[in-house]
Amino acid sequence: MTGGFVLRAEGLRVWNERNFRIDIDDLSVREGEVLGIIGHNGSGKTTLLLALAGLKKPDCGTLSFRGAPVDIHGPMTEYRSRLSMAFQEPLLLHATVFDNVAMGLRIRKMRGRELRSRVEEYCGLFNVGHLVKRQARTLSGGEARRVSLARAMAIRPDLLLLDEPFSSLDLPTRDALLNDFDGIAKKIGGTIILATHDRVEAMRLCTTLAVMNAGKIIQSGAPSEVINGPADEFVAAFVGVETIIEARVAEATSAGFFAEAGGVRIEVTGEAREGESVLLGIRPEQVVLSLSDNLCGTSLRNAFRGVITRTVNMGPHHRVTLDCGFPLVAYVAPHSKEELGLREGLEVTAAFKATAVHLVRKSAGK
Amino acid sequence: MDLIIEGLFQAFRLIAGLDAEVFSVSLLTLQVTLMATLISTVIGVAAGTAVALNEFPGRTFTVGLINTGMGVPPVVVGLITTVLLWRHGVLGRLELLYTPSAIIIAQVLIATPMVMGITLSSIQQIPRAFRLQVMALGASRFQMLWYLYREARLPLLAAIMAGFGSVISEVGASIMVGGNIRGHTRVLTTATVMETSRGNFDTAIALGIILMVLTYAVNYILSRIQQRGRQR
Amino acid sequence: MKKRKMLVTAMILATFLVSFSSCAKKSDLILATTTSTQDTGLLDVLIPLFEENTGYAVKTIAVGSGQAMALGKRGEADVLLVHSPEAEKEFIESGMGINRRIVMHNDFIILGPPEDPAEAAKAKNAVEVFRKIAASESLFISRGDFSGTHVKELSLWKAAGVDVKGKKWYQETGIGMGKTLSVVAEKKGYTLADRSTWLTMKKILNLAVINEGDRTLYNIYHVIEVNPAKFPKVNGKAARLFADFIVSVGIQKVIGEFGKDKYGQPLYFPDAVK
Repeated sequence: MTGGFVLRAEGLRVWNERNFRIDIDDLSVREGEVLGIIGHNGSGKTTLLLALAGLKKPDCGTLSFRGAPVDIHGPMTEYRSRLSMAFQEPLLLHATVFDNVAMGLRIRKMRGRELRSRVEEYCGLFNVGHLVKRQARTLSGGEARRVSLARAMAIRPDLLLLDEPFSSLDLPTRDALLNDFDGIAKKIGGTIILATHDRVEAMRLCTTLAVMNAGKIIQSGAPSEVINGPADEFVAAFVGVETIIEARVAEATSAGFFAEAGGVRIEVTGEAREGESVLLGIRPEQVVLSLSDNLCGTSLRNAFRGVITRTVNMGPHHRVTLDCGFPLVAYVAPHSKEELGLREGLEVTAAFKATAVHLVRKSAGK
Repeated sequence: MDLIIEGLFQAFRLIAGLDAEVFSVSLLTLQVTLMATLISTVIGVAAGTAVALNEFPGRTFTVGLINTGMGVPPVVVGLITTVLLWRHGVLGRLELLYTPSAIIIAQVLIATPMVMGITLSSIQQIPRAFRLQVMALGASRFQMLWYLYREARLPLLAAIMAGFGSVISEVGASIMVGGNIRGHTRVLTTATVMETSRGNFDTAIALGIILMVLTYAVNYILSRIQQRGRQR
Repeated sequence: MKKRKMLVTAMILATFLVSFSSCAKKSDLILATTTSTQDTGLLDVLIPLFEENTGYAVKTIAVGSGQAMALGKRGEADVLLVHSPEAEKEFIESGMGINRRIVMHNDFIILGPPEDPAEAAKAKNAVEVFRKIAASESLFISRGDFSGTHVKELSLWKAAGVDVKGKKWYQETGIGMGKTLSVVAEKKGYTLADRSTWLTMKKILNLAVINEGDRTLYNIYHVIEVNPAKFPKVNGKAARLFADFIVSVGIQKVIGEFGKDKYGQPLYFPDAVK
């Protein structure tokens, strides 16, 4: 599945108008890979994508495409003709859907029957085949996104860059589009770099993740690696580790160590020196709540009594915050909340596995 | 009212009778204004695009200058052109004063800021991201401009129509630099003014009607191009 | 398809441009004259005759006498046909013009309402008419634009010894002769007008001629060649040809006949040949 590098960027730095910069040491995408650049809005994802697409001149650094260096000081027309990019806004022409999807192909001088069949093929793939004669400005938001994606993919680029292609759509529309896109991407293959601030979307589509913050790539790797082993507290928070506790290692054992925080002891698997200051991350879905404190006989090595300080309805689950000497966040299904009668001020027992606690390095500069 | 009806009849007589003088005046009017419109379109669209797409020191000053240019009275342009083209003027060697070329020069000076200003604002209205998107699909700079103009074609054709409208209706500069010389630089507007002062109101109205018909015809053609693809 | 259309348009326009350049001839003659000679259509008759005879192309710039001489003073015209005797003398004395020769005259007339409330029609001459209008305080409407007509009118008031400044019965329009006449007819006032404008408009105006034919109302045209010694670019040869042409016997006859067919009377009276 992974061939050679399609694109590799080294030492890439860009200053934009607002003096914000991106500073990428080494980023590469391999043949067939779907690389997700994830980070908050304003973290530099779009700037990075524009620089990779040859639309924003980097101030320094090198790009190499399939092993050959790209002249970043030239017009990059030849390089740009190998890839295509779709933006957050669909940015369609004031023309028909057909003309829009045909745009990149016409730029590449494709004409006649070949053009028509290619446009129809991609309109069909994205389920907009019935709209080819429609004016682009009459399309709904979801349809416009589909056309924009079909347009970017119809040229069959060596590398496809997508900047937040599914954001600001209503949920059902977004789900349907995500589903379709997932299917198409898997069917056609191809190398994709996808920028998104939505971790769920990234986990669903990407084979590799790169987490970006303040212009830098903080961590990259397979989604499971990044989700389960966030490199620092920023990544942890971003990938959904809601509880991050500052603790001190009290006792190292053969299986792991005990850490102390807020007067309680937490058992953790992993290695740490005694007396060391550590950050512990706990994913909220791995915390179990019960009313009794009888949790013996389970593998849940950590159990604490705590008082519920806050519950928030998040839709598919409730986010419950407890005070167990340290703040702890748990997700509870609505029916469980009903059964247990969870409410603010109630005392409950929270439990989680020793393996559910992640040792997280501190973010540099924090 | 009688006069207007009389004018309509006179217009009909002049046109139907293929009056040689009226025909040549009308033809010259079309030649001069179309040429002036073409030149100011080329200059105005190119310069307007350049200002719209580029950042440079003094840009705001330039934009202000263009917008002022849109409001300069034609007679002032005519006066300046006349002084420049005088025998003893800076460009006197060209011997252009009182020729159709002089009218074209003055009209280009009148219409170019108009075309430039409207081009500038219509190009600026297209989001920057649109340009990036076109480039992101592999377009060269030339192809990007093509799509940009295609996207802005409604206001761009309005710019051309405004330029054409300003020159075909213009009289002050044409009289000054052209001299309203019979068979040489007499155009419909200057002829209309002259016939009015001669008291030949019916002929004047007839010329006015021909002028309006020509203006309409040219604008109709431009509108056809502009509105193409809107029906669906 | 759009491209092809644009190409065709460009080609058509290119041919237009070529056709222009072919009609620009060398050593054209620039004649600066008054609007009245153009407005009456006299030049439309004379110029083609001259062009046919000599092969020179004439560019007639119809302005006012004052502006025509201003152009002459800068060497921007070759020959002048003007009617402002005082200024003409000055022009000649300054050495800018040579060979001032009389060509023709037409005349001014005093117009008023047919009822003639000032009883000015009985007056012996133009100056007396003006005195009667002033004495009866009848409405008088002036061009007020320093045109030849206005200048003439002011000189008549001066001769009549009337100071019109600030008088309620004296109004100024500041517009052309034709439009002024319309105002005069509407307001039932008196005015001074040139005969040719009157002839072209009399059908539609309810006005009467109060006084005409007085020697003081004459409007005399002279031809002046701009001094080629002062301005090397001035086409002195063609200017002399034109001046000789316009005072020649044949052309003087054409001037005398001009307008008879249309108005039943001549618009100009030739003076060069006695």
